[in-house]
Amino acid sequence: MSTTAVTRLPTPRTRRSRTSGGAVNTLPLVAPSVVLLLIFSLVPLAATLWFSVLRYNLLNPAIHGFAGFANYRFLFADPALLHSLFVSVALVVEVLVITVGLGCILASLFETRFPGRSIARVLMISPFFVMPTVSALIWKNLLMHPVNGFIAWVTRSLGLGVVDFFTDWPLTSVVIIVAWQWLPFAFLILLTALQSLDEETREAANIDGAGPIRTFLFIEVPHMGRAASVVVLMETIFLLGIFAEIYVTTSGGPGIATTNLTFLIYERALLAYNVGGASAAGVIAIILANVLAAFLVRAIGKRLDI
Amino acid sequence: MSARNRTQPIAGTFAWLAALLMFFPIFWMFLASFKTEVEAIATPPELIFTPTLENYRDILQRADYLSFALNSVIVSFGSTVLAVLLAVPAAFGMAFYPTERTRGTLLWMLSTKMLPPVGVLVPIYLFARDVDLLDTRTSLVIIYTLMNLPIVVWMLFTFFKETPKAIIEASRIDGANVSQTIFSVLLPLVLPGIASTALLNIILAWNEAFWSLNLTAHNAAPLTAFIASFSAPEGLFWAKLSAASTMAIAPILVFGWISQRQLVRGLTFGAVK
Repeated sequence: MSTTAVTRLPTPRTRRSRTSGGAVNTLPLVAPSVVLLLIFSLVPLAATLWFSVLRYNLLNPAIHGFAGFANYRFLFADPALLHSLFVSVALVVEVLVITVGLGCILASLFETRFPGRSIARVLMISPFFVMPTVSALIWKNLLMHPVNGFIAWVTRSLGLGVVDFFTDWPLTSVVIIVAWQWLPFAFLILLTALQSLDEETREAANIDGAGPIRTFLFIEVPHMGRAASVVVLMETIFLLGIFAEIYVTTSGGPGIATTNLTFLIYERALLAYNVGGASAAGVIAIILANVLAAFLVRAIGKRLDI
Repeated sequence: MSARNRTQPIAGTFAWLAALLMFFPIFWMFLASFKTEVEAIATPPELIFTPTLENYRDILQRADYLSFALNSVIVSFGSTVLAVLLAVPAAFGMAFYPTERTRGTLLWMLSTKMLPPVGVLVPIYLFARDVDLLDTRTSLVIIYTLMNLPIVVWMLFTFFKETPKAIIEASRIDGANVSQTIFSVLLPLVLPGIASTALLNIILAWNEAFWSLNLTAHNAAPLTAFIASFSAPEGLFWAKLSAASTMAIAPILVFGWISQRQLVRGLTFGAVK
C-alpha cells in the first residue's frame, strides 16, 4: 500500500557499482516487480475511492451519479458498521492474547530437551497448513456439533451438559477455530527467537537460583519480546481479513453476531450489489489496516540492515 | 541453537500433551474419513471400526473432484512460477547491487501487503467481470502472483543477501563470463533458497480462501471452494467431508513440514530467522 510510510517513488537508481566487478544496471531487474505491484495496489485503490463517492448499485442501473459523502454518512449511521468494527477488533484481540500467550509458554516448553521433540513440533505446527475452509468445517461439525460432535460427547460424559457452540457462543467459537489455526504461527516464530538465547544466560540465571518459572518470566519472555511484536503485527494484518472461517460456519450470524468488517463488505458488495456502500466500507477497512501497517513497517524496518 | 542439556520430563510431558491436543482435530478428521457416514456421526464416537475406502472412492468418482484439485494445482504452481520469475531478478539486483533506493523499495513492497483484500474486492470483482475473467484460473493466478510477490521478493532478498558477494568477483577473476557466473556459481548457491521460497508460496496460494471464494463459481474453483460447498446443510456428510479434506490438505501438510524453518523467515519478512 503506497499510502503508508514510504512516499518516495520506488524506482531504483542505476549506478555504477564497484563491489561486484563491473557496472550493473539493476533497473530492468527490479522494474517489472515494482511496476506490477504499483498497478496492483494503486489502480484498485483509486477505483475503491472513486466508487465510494458514487451512487452505484448493480441491480438497479437507475441509481447512479455522484453521491458525495452520502455513502459514508449512511454507513456511519448504520449500527451494523459499528458492530462489525467491534467484531473485527474483538476477534483480533482475543486471538492475539490466546496465540501469543500460549505461544510463549509452548515455545519455552519446546526449548527443553525431551524424547520425540521434533515429531511433537511437527504435530504442533500442523494446523497452520490446513486450509481455512477445512479447519472451519472440521471444527464446526466433527468437534463442535451439539449432538454428534466430539466435544459434546466429552462434556456430556463428564456431566457438564452440552454447549451449542455456534448458537450460544458464536464469536467465541470462531475465535477458537482461528486461534487453533494461528497458534502454530506464533509458536514457531517465538520458538525460533528463543533458540537464539545463549546457554550462558540461562545457566547464569540457574546458578543465581532462578527456577524454571522465574527463568521463563525474566529471561525468556523478555528475549522473545521482539519476535512477539512481529507476531502481533503480522497476525493483526491477517486476522483483520478473516473471511472463510465465518463464511462456512456462521455466515456472519446469528443475526450479525459474527459479522466482521470483511464479511460486512462482502455482504454489501456481492450479496446486496451495493457497490457504493461496499466501497465506502472498503475505504474504512483500508484506513484501519494502514494505521496498523504503519507500525508494522516501522518495527520491521528498524531491523533491516541494508 | 542447542536445547537445554538436561532432559526435562515435566516440560516434555506438557509439550507432548499440547502437541497431541493441537493435532487431534486433524487426526480425528483422518479417522472419520475411513468411517461410514453412520459411524462418523455416532455418539459415543466409534473408536473401533472396520476402515473403509468408500468415501475416498465416492469423492474421486465425482467427476468434478479432479477438476477442483487440478485448479488448485494449476493456480498455486502457476502463481508460484510467475512470482519467482518476477522476484528472482528483483531480489538479485537489490541484494547484490544495492542503491540508496533499495531500502525504500523493499519497505514499500512490504507495505503493499497491508492493503486488505476486502478493500479492493469491489473494483477487482467488477474488473474481472468486465473482461470476462470471473471464474477463470487466469484471474486467480494473476491475483495470487501479485498478492505473494512482496513475500517472495523479501524472502529471496534475505537468502541472496547471505550469499558472499566475493564469489562473483572470484569467478570473474577465474575467467567465467556472465552466464557462467550466474548458472554455474550463483545458481547452485541460491537454489535451496529459491526452492523454500517457492514452497512457502505454494502453501499460501493453495490455502488462500478469500479470492477463491469470491471470484470463482465452479469452472475455476479450487479445493478451498470445493470444501466450502460442504457447509450447505444438504451437504453435511461428515465422512465424505473428512475424506475430501484429508486429500485437500495432505500434500500441503507435507510441504509445510519440509519448509517449517524457512517459513519463519518468509512470514516475518526476515525479521526473525
